[in-house]
Order: sequence, then C-alpha cells, then structure tokens
Amino acid sequence: MLEDKDYKLKVGLAEMLKGGVIMDVTNAEQAKIAEDAGAVAVMALERIPADIRAQGGVARMSDPQLIKEIQKAVSIPVMAKCRIGHFAEAQVLEALGIDFIDESEVLTPADEEYHIDKHKFKIPFVCGCRNLGEALRRIAEGAALLRTKGEAGTGNIVEAVRHMRAVQREIKHITTLGDEELVIYAKNIGAPLELVKYVKEHGKLPVPNFAAGGIATPADASLMMQLGAEAVFVGSGIFKSEDPPKRARAIVMATTHYMDFDLIARVSEGLREPMRGIDIHELSEEEKLATRGW
Amino acid sequence: MKFGILALQGDFALHQKALQRVGIETQLVRKPEHLTGLMGLIMPGGESTTFVKLLKEIGLFDAIREFAKNHVIFGTCAGLITLARKIVNYDLETLNLIDIVVERNAYGRQIDSFVDTVRVSINHTDTFEGVFIRAPKIIEIGQGVTALGYHQNDVVMAENDRILVATFHPELTDDLRIHEYFIQKARELK
Repeated sequence: MLEDKDYKLKVGLAEMLKGGVIMDVTNAEQAKIAEDAGAVAVMALERIPADIRAQGGVARMSDPQLIKEIQKAVSIPVMAKCRIGHFAEAQVLEALGIDFIDESEVLTPADEEYHIDKHKFKIPFVCGCRNLGEALRRIAEGAALLRTKGEAGTGNIVEAVRHMRAVQREIKHITTLGDEELVIYAKNIGAPLELVKYVKEHGKLPVPNFAAGGIATPADASLMMQLGAEAVFVGSGIFKSEDPPKRARAIVMATTHYMDFDLIARVSEGLREPMRGIDIHELSEEEKLATRGW
Repeated sequence: MKFGILALQGDFALHQKALQRVGIETQLVRKPEHLTGLMGLIMPGGESTTFVKLLKEIGLFDAIREFAKNHVIFGTCAGLITLARKIVNYDLETLNLIDIVVERNAYGRQIDSFVDTVRVSINHTDTFEGVFIRAPKIIEIGQGVTALGYHQNDVVMAENDRILVATFHPELTDDLRIHEYFIQKARELK
C-alpha cells in the first residue's frame, strides 16, 4: 500500500504542505487574504467551527458554488470537509476537483460505525486523531495525512497538545518494544500489525502529522511545531480575531520560524484581540467534537 | 563541503535526506546568515506564493540573488517557479535567476497529478521516475538555458551555468542521480 503510485502522489502533496499554515475560509475574499498572508492551502467551509458550535444543527459538506468561488479566487490548494463516513459527499468533492478532503469530526458524522474507504479515491484525505491507534486506523483506511483533532472552534490549544503528546509518546514507546510484543500491542491499540511494525522500524508515522483544533496565536503555532507537528491548520483562530490579515501573516511567520523567539515576539506585537475562546472544562462530553470518530 | 536546503516551507526534509544519502553535509536555511559557507542551495517543492512571501519577509530574497552570483542552486517544482524569470498565469515577483517562463499548476489540480517516466540527459540519456504534483510547465527557455529532461514533448528539467531546475520531484523517489548531478555541477563550478 505504502509503495503504490497513487499513494505516493497523495502523501507527496502532504509533504509539499509541511512547514505551512492551512487556513479555514468561508468566502473568496477570506481565501485571498489567506493566500496573500502566505497560507499553503485553504479549507473551504460554509461556517467556521466556532459558528458551527454556536449555531448547532447538522453540519454538512459546503455548497459546491461556494467551493468553486474559492477555487477561482486562489492558486494554492483548496481543501474541503466531508462528514465522517459520508463517501458520497467525498465523491462530490472529488468531482469538484478539490485538492485534499478532510473527513472531519467538525461536521456531523454520517456513519457511527465506519469511516470512508479512502483508498478508492484519487484525491488524498486528511483525518483527525487523538492517539496512535486512531492514527494508524485512518492510515489503514487510506488517509495520506493526519492532524490532531484538538477541540475545533474553541481557540483553546489544550486538546491539540494532549493529542500530539499522546501520538508522540506512543511512537517513542513502540520503538522500545521487542518484536514479540508487537502483535499484542497492535491488538490493544486496534491498529494493523504491518503499520505498528513500520512505526517501530522508522520511529515515525508513514504519513505527515499536522496540528489542528484550537490554534489562535503565533505562540500556539510554535508550541505545536515544537511538540512535533509538521504544519498547522488554523480554523476559527484567524477570521474570528480582530485583525485577520495581520494575525494570518504572524501565524505563517511563527510556523516557519518556530524556534526563533525574537521573531515570534516581534510578529505577535499589536495583533489586537484573538478569538474569545472557550475553557474546555465548560464543555460537556456531548459538546466535544473530538469524541466523534473512533 | 556543505549544502543548504531552503527550509521555509515544503518538502525540504526529503531533499536533506537525499543529500545525506550521498554523503553530503547539510544545513537548513531559514535566514540569510545560514547561507554562509555553503557550496550550493536546494529550493524544494512547496507553495511558491508562500516561498516568495517568506523569502522577502526574512531578507532571503536578495540574499539568494547575491548567493547565486557564484554558487549553484537546484530547484524542484515550487523551487523552480521561484527561480524562473517569469510566471505567465500569476502575478508574483520571482528571483529571475534562470531564463525560463513557467505556467503554474499547468496540468491542473491534484486530481491531475501523476507519475510517469521522463527522459533525462545528465552525463548520458536515461529514464527517470517523474513524480508530478500540481506541477508547473516550462513553456519557454531562453538564452544560456539547456533542456536536460523531457516528458513527452514538454521540457521538465533544464539548467544554465549555475541553476538546475526540474518540474518534478526526484526527492520523492529513492533515485539519487539528479542530486548527484547537482553536486557534480557544484564541484565543476569551483
């Protein structure tokens, strides 16, 4: 599977996004602001996660007309979200020529048992994960890129940190295991043995892993990169803040130069108000988007 | 003998791995001062709009132009676009270090990305696995530029005396011949 030509093209595009920032946008004008700020891709959405959270109801794939307007507005890759398990939405997104599909817990799941068989598509998929077992199950289904789930639409980084640390810790742990321990380890985390063996041998996932869910400031981006993220998704954090173009540029700079703290201090000056944010402990279990998907 | 890889964004880690596999010491380049003491520079794949923005913000845009006066540079995909003289379908200031005119995303979107055999003439003519991801096309080559590689009738690899460019991604394969050719080019410049 990992040597397949189509898979090479899928993971290849994920490789090209490394070190960059992917921004949620809800119209052509925001998409242009994102591109001008140096975003490596945009995520076309009708509502950003903070509004989905506030308004409730069933969240679905975006209107194709909106997606087309955003595709026309920018030259960088355009991503879009489909519901977990909703392969027909994914087929529609593929027909629209979307560059990357996010099978996302931010939308209301369409299937509470199965995720999409992503091998059937020529377009690469990104999926969220909270731990290594979840990450490897998504890769087994054909995901070419992973991201932490975090807790979208909260402007609170705590869950993304938890998920990134969990994945990194479990990767390190696997490298210390003996070969005789791998079968049971794979069984316990619910992941295919072949992928567990890959992680032990290489000390990393076979696909890139990005951060998402709660990134609101340049320092948040630096934190996630230092914890091992290879790029950053910013959802509500930019267009829910007071000065989106300036904040977008600052987060792009902080992601590239994530170890240059003088520079991060400089770009963080005078950004005005970030998004308001939500304390995770104020959310009930049902309100947490990260618990969607398994 | 140390080579730099522009590491602002993109698949720089794959180029670094390729150079390490041919026994070359590497330096990730994120600031102008990182260019000091390097034999040459690789500009990876990624997004060219992001590259130009970040190059200018940190002062590398002018620093690389200066560096190119007496060093070799190898650019793949977005790296090639950034090194070109002109982009026909997008308004973006480029480094103008090799006289080629390019079209961005010339094959289409990701659905049109492909892997196919290309013919490459380095030392002698041979085939190479061409991985094309939202790839650009070289639509014009000018003075002092030699075509080195073809996919069907399209030029996909070219060079002048110091700059080497490819529209595809040798760093996504295990084949090191093009990276070795680049090292050889740096040695011959000395």
